[in-house]
Amino acid sequence: MMGESMALPFWLDALIALLLLSGALVALLGSIGLARMPDVYMRLHGPTKASTLGVGATLLGSMIWFGVGHEGLSAQEILITVFLFATAPVSAHMMARAALHRRVACREGTHGEPWDEMDRLPGYAESSSSSDNQR
Amino acid sequence: MTATVLPIALALFSLSLLLNLYRLLRGPDIVDRILGLDTLNVNAIAVIVLGGIYMDSSLIFEAALLIALMGFVSTVAMTKYLVRGDVIE
Repeated sequence: MMGESMALPFWLDALIALLLLSGALVALLGSIGLARMPDVYMRLHGPTKASTLGVGATLLGSMIWFGVGHEGLSAQEILITVFLFATAPVSAHMMARAALHRRVACREGTHGEPWDEMDRLPGYAESSSSSDNQR
Repeated sequence: MTATVLPIALALFSLSLLLNLYRLLRGPDIVDRILGLDTLNVNAIAVIVLGGIYMDSSLIFEAALLIALMGFVSTVAMTKYLVRGDVIE
């Protein structure tokens, strides 16, 4: 399975190992943030930033691993990386907007309400005032 | 060195998959569940890529690409349903 990895030079092997390990640690950090943070708006911070970086580092290590001497760099890996980096902010933005629209309760001690800024947008307050009784 | 690090990285990613599953099952609001599912998708891509390195074949990267596409589309569809009340207007 992995017996022929001796063909790699040592520094490249160490670089791949470092990328894989740091990527896994960063992704685990993001998931711990997802599981431990107190409310939705804080929970959005963990995975949407850290997990993208962690999976990006893992994909970079995999690209080096396959690019040097094994099967050659495959197009799928580049596509996955580009697609992941392009869509992660979009989905995070849409989830944050859904949370603001539903007026999900935030932690006690928050200064102001998270959706105050959204109500100040022109034309938004009327359209979402029907969801006031969901609080 | 990669051969020793690879199981550790797989174990760490599996741990983060379990944490995402915890948030997916428990999340107080529906947005928490969507966020947990989206993070589960992103971490599953990394697990598949690590499995590809472990098996030394890039065949299963097709599955990772499919999960990336479908995960994004489903997240957008669910949040759009929450905000607009309809997916396709």
